[in-house]
Amino acid sequence: MSNHPIYIDNDPQKATTTLNLGPTHPATHGVFQNILEMDGERIVSGVSTIGYIHRAFEKIAEHRPFYQITPLTDRMNYCSSPINNMGWHMTVEKLLGIKMPKRVDYLRIIVMELSRISDHIICNTIIGQDTGATTPFLYLFQYREHIYEIYEEICGARLTTNIGRIGGFERDFNDIAFAKIRKFLKEFPVALAEFEKLLTRNRIFIDRTANVACVTPEDALSYSWSGVLLRATGVDYDVRVNEPYSSYEDFDFEIPVGTKGDIYDRFNVRNGEMWQSMRIIEQALSKLENEPKGVFHADVPEFYLPPKEQVYNNMEALIYHFKIVMGEIDTPKTEVYHCVEGGNGELGFYLINDGGRTPYRLHFRRPSFINYQMYAPMSRGMLLSDAIINMSSLNIIAGELDA
Amino acid sequence: MSEVNIVEAPPGIEGSGFFATSLDKVIGMARANSLWPLPFATSCCGIEFMATMGSHYDFARFGAERLSFSPRQADLLMVMGTIAKKMEPVLKQIYLQMAEPRWVLSVGACACSGGIFDTYSVLQGIDEIIPVDVYVPGCPPRPEAILDGVLKIQELVKNESGRRRNSPEYKQLLAKYGIQ
Amino acid sequence: MSRISNQVLLQKLSDRFGDQITIPSEPFGLLTFETNKEIIHDVLTFLRDDSELKFNYLTDITGVHFPEKDLSIGVVYHVHSLTNNLRVRIKVFLEAQNPQIPTATTLWKGANWMERETYDFFGITFTGHPDLRRILNVDDMTVFPMRKEYPLEDPNRVDKKDYFFGR
Repeated sequence: MSNHPIYIDNDPQKATTTLNLGPTHPATHGVFQNILEMDGERIVSGVSTIGYIHRAFEKIAEHRPFYQITPLTDRMNYCSSPINNMGWHMTVEKLLGIKMPKRVDYLRIIVMELSRISDHIICNTIIGQDTGATTPFLYLFQYREHIYEIYEEICGARLTTNIGRIGGFERDFNDIAFAKIRKFLKEFPVALAEFEKLLTRNRIFIDRTANVACVTPEDALSYSWSGVLLRATGVDYDVRVNEPYSSYEDFDFEIPVGTKGDIYDRFNVRNGEMWQSMRIIEQALSKLENEPKGVFHADVPEFYLPPKEQVYNNMEALIYHFKIVMGEIDTPKTEVYHCVEGGNGELGFYLINDGGRTPYRLHFRRPSFINYQMYAPMSRGMLLSDAIINMSSLNIIAGELDA
Repeated sequence: MSEVNIVEAPPGIEGSGFFATSLDKVIGMARANSLWPLPFATSCCGIEFMATMGSHYDFARFGAERLSFSPRQADLLMVMGTIAKKMEPVLKQIYLQMAEPRWVLSVGACACSGGIFDTYSVLQGIDEIIPVDVYVPGCPPRPEAILDGVLKIQELVKNESGRRRNSPEYKQLLAKYGIQ
Repeated sequence: MSRISNQVLLQKLSDRFGDQITIPSEPFGLLTFETNKEIIHDVLTFLRDDSELKFNYLTDITGVHFPEKDLSIGVVYHVHSLTNNLRVRIKVFLEAQNPQIPTATTLWKGANWMERETYDFFGITFTGHPDLRRILNVDDMTVFPMRKEYPLEDPNRVDKKDYFFGR
């Protein structure tokens, strides 16, 4: 898989060294353990151990009503939690057959693309950091803070956003939020261009990343890779295009793909996606002009939690609130699979509903978990320092990996 | 250029050419402003810690410029994120590897109490296995809250008596956790 | 949208496997059917290798537990044909005592961890799997936590008194 020559051990006397990397190694950015057999600087074989923050999401989900599962999804991929939140909401809406107004779809797209940008900022700056370039990290992290400020304006939280509700948003975006989004769209391209200038044509960076950890499309498909990693190998599979959700079909954007699937390709695909995300947000903002103002949720009182002041003053709202919270709502007894394009791949929700208060079974198709299993096999024959960059370029989020 | 602040000297007796104070206070002051934190970041709170370390919040202002990723040289163990039962022995070992004096900051609901993860696989608060000095609530706490927690630790460090770590109460505390 | 309809797909499968393809349905447009563990490997191979269908992408393998049924443990496969943009869901139900099913790792390398996870949570043995160990839970765990009879909360907790929660 790697372009580096694979070391063949000819000397029977020669012993390899066992190196325990992790679970709290500073270079791994998360709790991953890999027990590597090393021959000098080269990895002969490796075994990944995961589960160090296994939190039993799927078991908890069987004990929580639908609207209480949103905070769990936050904590899966905490680098792009709004995508997870929205993915879950859309799964339930698909189950209940709720049709969303276009304006809500566009607002969702704005939030989802912002979180895609923040996810890619983390991953790409960390690749820079691991190749020895700290400056881009400090530059771009400032803009991640700006994205967090937008989230704060929309929902009040920074990281674990719990954004939106089943059936829409809990409140409309205010003017400050829109002003901040516009400001971000104006300022971020400058910073991103500078970021690309610092790394993309940087000799050291190219030497460290290009032709390292190449993956063929066949391998990527066989290992069920998705998202940026799959696209970097040249397969143009993107859920946003293949199975458009939340009105992605109304938008005009490109899917960046790579050719070799090496770290450099992944980096460039992510950068390309950030540019495309900004295009999408701009289109969404202009589309919002034509939509009726003030629509921020679907008109489905039996599923959408009413605002608190109405619960206290309005009989119907109180009844619906009670019914939703106590799980007295009739839901179809069926199963549904819904997937969204998460920050690092196809994020799927497989929900089996028996009509009760809680899901009968909820399974998350977690892209980090599925993408990570190639790590140990592909590290074979790689230099240790390359394996470290390779891990950061896979964009594995421990919370999502371990469920 | 911003104004450079120098830490205020502890209270003491001052005269021309001399300044007298107790050794505890001087050592406390020096320690408090040169803590070497070991970030034990497992999940979401770790991402907020990255924001705390970043340029916007700049954790380094508080004398913690250098993160010590080796427990041997660290003074402050910052546990950020859920500690699963699989992780429990790892955390304990890291604590044992740290040299005295050592402090522990528990950041976030999961580290403090298990948070929303009241499940078979999650440790319900790290204080079940190691003593904790300061708890920072929040899920995740904002960077300001993490900074505040570190300042609280600094207060503790400043005012700690030099003999505390040899006292029978402290030994008893450690014995409660099965630490010799 | 998909280039092959669910009917065509189901017809092809029925032609090949006859009445061993049971209970077909289409919840939200996703073709779902049940089969048995004897032919599941052949079904997956057929789906993957058929020159027209080309289900080359294994989306997910997971389990489900219905304690009141006779065959209470289910394995659910989601397979995806990227070329045809078509998904299919396959279910196989197994007995609760020592459930066994052939592995899919011979078809897709990515099935490895998905099956390990399913084993970890439901105790389903995937015969022929190269390395069937627990993956997320601690190695010395004796139960399979996603089975319905196993409680969510840690049963060994002493600080959580039931009467505080009205139980």
